[in-house]
Amino acid sequence: MSTPSRVITLTIDDREVGAHTDQSILEVARENGIVIPTLCHLEGLLPIGACRICLVEVAGSNKLLPACATKVTEGMRVITQSERLARYRRRIVEFLFSSGNHICAVCVSNNHCELQDMAIYTGMSHLTEPYRYPKLRVDASHERFVQDDNRCILCQRCVRVCAEIEGAHTWDVMGRGIDARVITDLNQPWGSSTTCTSCSKCVQVCPTGALSIKGMAAGEMKKKKHFLAQYWTLKEEPS
Amino acid sequence: MMLEALRKIAEEHRAAQKPFTSTLKVCVAAGCVSCQSDQVKKALDAAAKKSGADKTCKVKGVGCLGLCAQGPLVVSSPDNTLYRHVRPEDAEELLAAAGTSTVERLAAPANQAFYTRQKRIVTENFDRIDPEKIEDYIAADGYLALLTTLSTRSPAQVIEELIKSGLRGRGGGGYPTGLKWSTVAKAAGAEKYVICNADEGDPGAFMDRSVLESDPHRILEGMALAGYAIGAQRGYIYVRAEYPIAVKRLKLAINQAEKMQLLGNGIGGSSFNFAIEVRLGAGAFVCGEETALIASIEGKRGTPRPRPPYPAEEGLWGKPTLINNVETFGNIASIIRNGGDWYAGIGTEKSRGTKVFALAGRINNTGLIEVPMGITLREIIFDIGGGIPEGRKFKAVQTGGPSGGCIPEQFLDMPVEYESLAKVGSIMGSGGMIVMDETSCMVDVAKFFMEFCKSESCGKCVPCRVGTAQMYDLLCKISSGRATLDDLALLEDLCDTVKHTSLCGLGQTAPNPVLSTLRFFRDEYLAHIEEKRCPAGVCAMHALQEVHT
Repeated sequence: MSTPSRVITLTIDDREVGAHTDQSILEVARENGIVIPTLCHLEGLLPIGACRICLVEVAGSNKLLPACATKVTEGMRVITQSERLARYRRRIVEFLFSSGNHICAVCVSNNHCELQDMAIYTGMSHLTEPYRYPKLRVDASHERFVQDDNRCILCQRCVRVCAEIEGAHTWDVMGRGIDARVITDLNQPWGSSTTCTSCSKCVQVCPTGALSIKGMAAGEMKKKKHFLAQYWTLKEEPS
Repeated sequence: MMLEALRKIAEEHRAAQKPFTSTLKVCVAAGCVSCQSDQVKKALDAAAKKSGADKTCKVKGVGCLGLCAQGPLVVSSPDNTLYRHVRPEDAEELLAAAGTSTVERLAAPANQAFYTRQKRIVTENFDRIDPEKIEDYIAADGYLALLTTLSTRSPAQVIEELIKSGLRGRGGGGYPTGLKWSTVAKAAGAEKYVICNADEGDPGAFMDRSVLESDPHRILEGMALAGYAIGAQRGYIYVRAEYPIAVKRLKLAINQAEKMQLLGNGIGGSSFNFAIEVRLGAGAFVCGEETALIASIEGKRGTPRPRPPYPAEEGLWGKPTLINNVETFGNIASIIRNGGDWYAGIGTEKSRGTKVFALAGRINNTGLIEVPMGITLREIIFDIGGGIPEGRKFKAVQTGGPSGGCIPEQFLDMPVEYESLAKVGSIMGSGGMIVMDETSCMVDVAKFFMEFCKSESCGKCVPCRVGTAQMYDLLCKISSGRATLDDLALLEDLCDTVKHTSLCGLGQTAPNPVLSTLRFFRDEYLAHIEEKRCPAGVCAMHALQEVHT
């Protein structure tokens, strides 16, 4: 880790590119205009490789590797798009839809949602697996914000931005497996949190409508764009 | 302690045993303690004192004697008679017979294949030493490998010996241990760590537990040798809190070793320092995954992180870390003492040495065994294991727990090796072997393991978090006779995604029990789906099962 970064070359989708050894595959790909879809990743936060959307094929590795959390190496050959990867990505988006209650028409983030964009990108027009319809909680105890677990995809961006950038560490994860949830403090209502500084970073980085500003109607919750530099690479929307 | 002092202790301790003409050894590992072997030992002690037999017959607690389901077990030596289902009331009778005759009504048949077919390395001391007495371990050549190494071998020579031995990781993956050690030894940085993974969690597995409870010093010695070889000064044993006897004996053993300066600063009069700490797991299966285990030791939520970087490069607190399983460390002292070539002479070409297995399920001799690699499954199950109870027919054996697969009858004559087990869709795993007979439903077995994976998934990555829950629901649907062939196709599709996209080993292997039962027992799935019938008569068909809790 203390070894100084070196300049190397590698191939991504048959394109030769130059990079530093301390860069991730994702960073190098984006520098070169190669699109790798991501959900849990957010520039500026430590990568956790949790959503598995950015998995890529690397020659010589029998496993698919997360582009966000894998450093480039000399001569590496990366494939970011294949029929197999597309199939897995679509299934992972299905998993996210089936495990929550994502009803776009009534969601504050409709049309401004990274999960929705990912469904469009991966061509997930309908679910092939059953919806789980979990009974989940909505916490509206904070005076300015709302947390809606029904729309949460557990990307942990809120957890990381709060701990790494704001330094408050109000958010964390509770429970395991399908019952895992993000919580404030020790599972206290957000409004009674003694650590939350109400900075709203968590709300701005949330990819879906799980964290939103109070008083929004469907489709009104637009996140501030400078928090989400990479969000627009998928959507190709004019700035 | 210096080498001469160690030898002196060993000799004195052996000499102290001379006046005893016979020994009654009571198993004090968890299996027997759970059926009151501690009471048996107390009764024997009291009876010996009362009758004055304590001058000629020694009563001592020893480690696991293997036939766990028939406990409490007592072995009488020198005649090596094994007594089963011993009760405290039997104490006087056993003492009277000790060394002279046999109490027939309690004695197990002599020369059972269960004992004669085994090859003991990791478990060599189990029936010899009192796990709570360091002198017993020293008298059995304990710490000899460590102290001679410190004065005569370089760290590189230790690793060389290990590479020669061909030892592979016994936690299940089978990564060459020597290679792992040399990687960590070469990693840059002055601060390094040794971790012993004792977070055994597979259903039906109790190998590591038995080793820790029966011979804790062996693990400490293995870890200290590792520390010397890779240049680490600190080791951690991550053991699950559900193993209270193992935790107690480990702490006691560390304390004893520190007092004798076999751990701590300046071991054996050399400049080598090595300290070991015990860390308790809080009941999460995923913490057996090395990166999750490291996070847990660091005091964080026990969730895995993507590898690379591997712990050998960036492990505990970002430092190069060697992490091996209990049984792997259990082999080290023997290899160093007897040489790598000796070890490489046991087993098969690609899988050297022995493997400890825990036999469970529908098998007569439920218990713990150690066998040379290359032995066939048939020998393990039918010779050593004593076959299936009540004359029922063997159906399959599950190796590798929830990460492994079911192996059907046609592969019973296959040698047990890492590669051969992988070829038939299972894995060596840590050593759990669950035997199933004709009354076991393979859909139900797959459902059991999927429920385990679902509730043990940490929830960090999407495919494991949601996929295991969806697969479990589909298996419930099949086992209750409500599924269609489309559901089966979906199940196979989910297996593929979860296997190839999950972050850590838990998710990547969670579909294995489904895939292997589908491979060999697809007809049972089809019977549930098309005929709404459970061939083994286990699943309640058409039952209104609540799948969404």
